[in-house]
Amino acid sequence: MDQIYNAIFIGSIYALFALGFTLVFSVLDILNLAHPALFTLGAFTALFAMQQGVPAGLAVLVAFVVCGVAGVILDRVAFAPLRRRNAPPLSAMISSIGVSLILIRLIQLKYGPDLQAYPAGSLPADVFTVAGLQLDTLRTVIIALAVGLMAALTFLVRRTRLGRELRALAENPRAARLLGIDVDRAIAATFFLSAGLGGVAGALYGFATNSPFSQMGLNFELKAFAVMVVGGMGSIPGAVLGAYLLSFGEVASLTFLPSELRDAFAFGLLFVVLVVRPSGILGQRAVDRV
Amino acid sequence: MDDLRAFFDAYQTTIGFIGINAILALSVWVTLYTGQLTLGNAAFMGIAAYTSALLTLKAQVPFPLALLCGSLLAGAISVPLGATVFRLRGVYLAIATLAFGEVVRVVILATPITGRGQGLVGIPPKTELWHIFASLLVIAYVCARLRISSVGRAWAAIREDEVAAASQGIPVHRYKLAAFVIGALIAGWAGGIAAHFNFAIQPDEYGFARAVQILVFAIVGGVPNVLGPILGAALLTALPAALQPLQEFRDILQGAILVLVIVYLPRGLSTVFDLRRSARLRRVGAQDVA
Repeated sequence: MDQIYNAIFIGSIYALFALGFTLVFSVLDILNLAHPALFTLGAFTALFAMQQGVPAGLAVLVAFVVCGVAGVILDRVAFAPLRRRNAPPLSAMISSIGVSLILIRLIQLKYGPDLQAYPAGSLPADVFTVAGLQLDTLRTVIIALAVGLMAALTFLVRRTRLGRELRALAENPRAARLLGIDVDRAIAATFFLSAGLGGVAGALYGFATNSPFSQMGLNFELKAFAVMVVGGMGSIPGAVLGAYLLSFGEVASLTFLPSELRDAFAFGLLFVVLVVRPSGILGQRAVDRV
Repeated sequence: MDDLRAFFDAYQTTIGFIGINAILALSVWVTLYTGQLTLGNAAFMGIAAYTSALLTLKAQVPFPLALLCGSLLAGAISVPLGATVFRLRGVYLAIATLAFGEVVRVVILATPITGRGQGLVGIPPKTELWHIFASLLVIAYVCARLRISSVGRAWAAIREDEVAAASQGIPVHRYKLAAFVIGALIAGWAGGIAAHFNFAIQPDEYGFARAVQILVFAIVGGVPNVLGPILGAALLTALPAALQPLQEFRDILQGAILVLVIVYLPRGLSTVFDLRRSARLRRVGAQDVA
């Protein structure tokens, strides 16, 4: 039972991380390799805020806004010039690697490369029991918040005017512009949401482990590839489904595989899905659309 | 003359790694020139590094033979892998090869003979500087000849337009596979040489970070010609050594170089004297990278 709870928790973080990743991919067809750096930035923004005495809940909000703004700046610096030139997606990947290097180093200049900890007593540490299950408040709140954010993002994309604009942009940027959609504003919104979600995921994961460090995003980056591909590249429900599939699969694999092979599960799964059904479980788009 | 000697001795390791990284950059150049983004070369490097190191360390196999075995094994593994993954394109291809790389890394971590996480130590230091640069010279020459041969023209045709290339009777799949296997052989050779230059190897050296680094060398230098990857590898390897006093800001500078090159010199540093051609290519709508 404990393992299932754990799988739900880690799956929620995978999902939040992958949602931001997949949002940018679905709207702009680029892999933003600076996303893990924004994840890390989120954890450290929350740390900084809480060191100033801001309560944890508000610190998450601060992380959302700060990372969102950082995401918009990232777009202006690394992606917008390439977009104007119609550069291939590969160029965007490389320039986002550049920004990611800079961002991680800036965090290290302030906090060093080692594990940090949030101020003592700033995070709930109590445990409660439901039907014989020991649950801790912190992770339960994190799971609830993550699921809430997934629902909010789905609602935003499906039901609001901005969501309609984003979907039009994903379909065909030229046509979207012709229809009078403010494309630049929609792209900025995409980056704000994507980076904000990445930052929140980072802050929440930082809380749960209480040991944020400058390279914490790396492992999530590779897992997020697996999540996105398994669920279907660019599909929001797919990313959520893929995230929980992966986390439950990983936990289950621990029972019949040695623990060193845990990561092999994710990448083995990723490889098999790519070969057998490259569009993923919920993906509809043709594979060779790059 | 004495000064030169002293300089040479002090920077011997850096000079060696410039050569090794240049060979690695050429290994990914072959597939990039064909327009295919693959990230498996770090894994091929690792496979060959472990194979050749185990052969010289445990079986006292002569060094050249061990190098050859490592490289050939990497090449042999790349054939079925390439046949499977080249049904994919673009980002999907990159992620599939990346997943393969992670599986290789995890398998190395879980196999007792490789020393698992500790890696292999005490590898006989058989690699001399001239081995590295003689290999680089031969490989660069072969690549340059390939580029202007009918094979190179087929690769370029596939890069520019796969459908058009196929309709001209070019066996697209076979040429892509050939590029992939040649890249794996080159990466394997570099892996063997690097292992015997460094005395110790670890599975983490061949992960995602290395795969991206190799790609960055080639892209920053420029893919249109063979000199580009060599230039990119030399610059980005020498720079950290030259900036030793500024160590804290090294990543920031490196990140900035990546972004600036991609934004302002999209065809790479080696095309800096070729800007008019770049502008013309852009006007006719040719692909930026490669």
